[in-house]
Amino acid sequence: MSDFLPSFEPFESLFRYLAKHSFWADFVTFCSSFNGFNEAMLFKMAQATDETIYMVILSGFWGTIIGLPIGILLYTTRKGQILDSYIANNVISFVTNVFRSIPFIILIVWIIPFTTILMGTFIGKQAAIVPLSIGVSPLIARMIENALLDVPKGLIEASRSMGATPLQIVYKVLLPEALPVIVNSMTITLITLTGYIAMAGAVGAGGLGQLAIQYGYNGYKPAIMNTVLVILIIIVFIIQFIGNTIVKRVTHY
Amino acid sequence: MIKLEHISKTFEQNKNIIHALKDISLHVPEGKIYGVIGKSGAGKSTLIRCVNLLEKPTSGKIFFDNQDITHLSNRKLIEVRRKISMIFQHFNLLSSRTVFDNIAFPLELNKTPKAIIKQKVNELIDLVGLSEKANVYPANLSGGQKQRVAIARALASDPKVLLCDEATSALDPETTRSILELLKDINQKLGLTILLITHEMDVVKQICDQVAVISNGELVEQSSVGEMFSHAKTDIARQFIQSTLHLTIPDDYLARLIPEHKEGLNPLVRMEFTGVSVDLPLLSQIAKEFEVDSNIISAQMDYAGGVKFGLMLTEMKGKQKSTASAIAFLEKNNTKVEVLGYV
Repeated sequence: MSDFLPSFEPFESLFRYLAKHSFWADFVTFCSSFNGFNEAMLFKMAQATDETIYMVILSGFWGTIIGLPIGILLYTTRKGQILDSYIANNVISFVTNVFRSIPFIILIVWIIPFTTILMGTFIGKQAAIVPLSIGVSPLIARMIENALLDVPKGLIEASRSMGATPLQIVYKVLLPEALPVIVNSMTITLITLTGYIAMAGAVGAGGLGQLAIQYGYNGYKPAIMNTVLVILIIIVFIIQFIGNTIVKRVTHY
Repeated sequence: MIKLEHISKTFEQNKNIIHALKDISLHVPEGKIYGVIGKSGAGKSTLIRCVNLLEKPTSGKIFFDNQDITHLSNRKLIEVRRKISMIFQHFNLLSSRTVFDNIAFPLELNKTPKAIIKQKVNELIDLVGLSEKANVYPANLSGGQKQRVAIARALASDPKVLLCDEATSALDPETTRSILELLKDINQKLGLTILLITHEMDVVKQICDQVAVISNGELVEQSSVGEMFSHAKTDIARQFIQSTLHLTIPDDYLARLIPEHKEGLNPLVRMEFTGVSVDLPLLSQIAKEFEVDSNIISAQMDYAGGVKFGLMLTEMKGKQKSTASAIAFLEKNNTKVEVLGYV
């Protein structure tokens, strides 16, 4: 199942390209002055960065695929809403709460059998996407629900008066109107996800977390640990920057 | 065009049953502007929402174009709703869409082809006078402009009826007047039937043909606007009429005003002229017949639904006996007289 997933190695490719140039040797020499660094470690670092970004993107994507409809249902089945249903709302709300209560590090281990069925293995970046997506989807669902709650009720009433179907209300009114808040929440979610991924690294998902634990902590190489931290901080800043830029573009009030 | 028969609506709130509407029947004739006036909490919002079934009435029937729409399936109801448009106090425009796209919204719901949408929307933007604002987002419009967009959007689906839910209540008087003129204009140009609810008699006075007064969920009075202003039957209707006339006793009179008669004091009288009494030269008649001179302190005359009506505050100068017979004479001639005190 994991074969269809695309390969994703921008930083590794970049390093391979840089390695062909003359200044590369000087760079490696400079880096090697820090404890634990050598050319192989530089490539490992590039690879781990690629893996982390890969996991952020894919689990963010799958988490949204699962979380978005749940969030919409959480909102639309509320009392007085377009799909008002006491039972459906309580069941969905209960399941969401249960999954939100499970600490992420335990969720990874707990769903190993399911991950193995789905991906054929429970180790590696692709397998990690399963618990990551499932772990983050209830958070996304609640954030979507919250974003939709901000949409003025009068807009739904006006749309109903114009003869909009529930589905049209969702994708023509609720989602576009809530978009700025949704993008903002997604930024927060992706940043949280970056933290989850570092945790997943501790149990064999790969990525920067694993590198920091394996070489930085277990191998006691503070330079590696600190470099990983700097890379993670940069990733978080970039996500926040992209999020803010999109929010600015989609906000019209 | 729209007929409500014995509409009742009850809400349950914390085990209390609230009767929002009690046995309301009314008929909105085609091409007319029908106003429902009531104080806040009287049930007028619930009433107008029952017409397009945003609220399902507990009992009673609603007819649109001679068709009973009370128990239609959701699919049929959606079709009917496209023929009954609605505008709101707070406009309810989509903030994520430009003026153009907001007006196009009901057409999109209908899956109208793009070319037709473009033509139609541009016509409507011109009709409401916002040609230069087509690509502006609602956040950058004034209240009046927003309501114009909402009106254009409401007209996009070629409705037969327009429901106005306090459409001018959030606007300043100047803007209110221009929006009402626009409504009157489309009523005449397009023959659109309009049902509006409001708490301002000024709105009714300015554009309505017929009016109903709602109080505590009951329809207490309904008639043509002229009839209402000339022969209001209920106190609440009279209160609304008086609210459009702003007559206050000046401070220096108020300071001298005493409730009981004393020698040498003259009565301060408020007169309400309606219907026929407006056109009679009553003040000069009482001057001639009873030798009572009227010192007019303030007066206001107005015109609604083809009927003149007015309020006047006067000090009646004359002998006590003759002022009393003058008042009796005025009352005989359909003028409501109230002695406020003596000055």
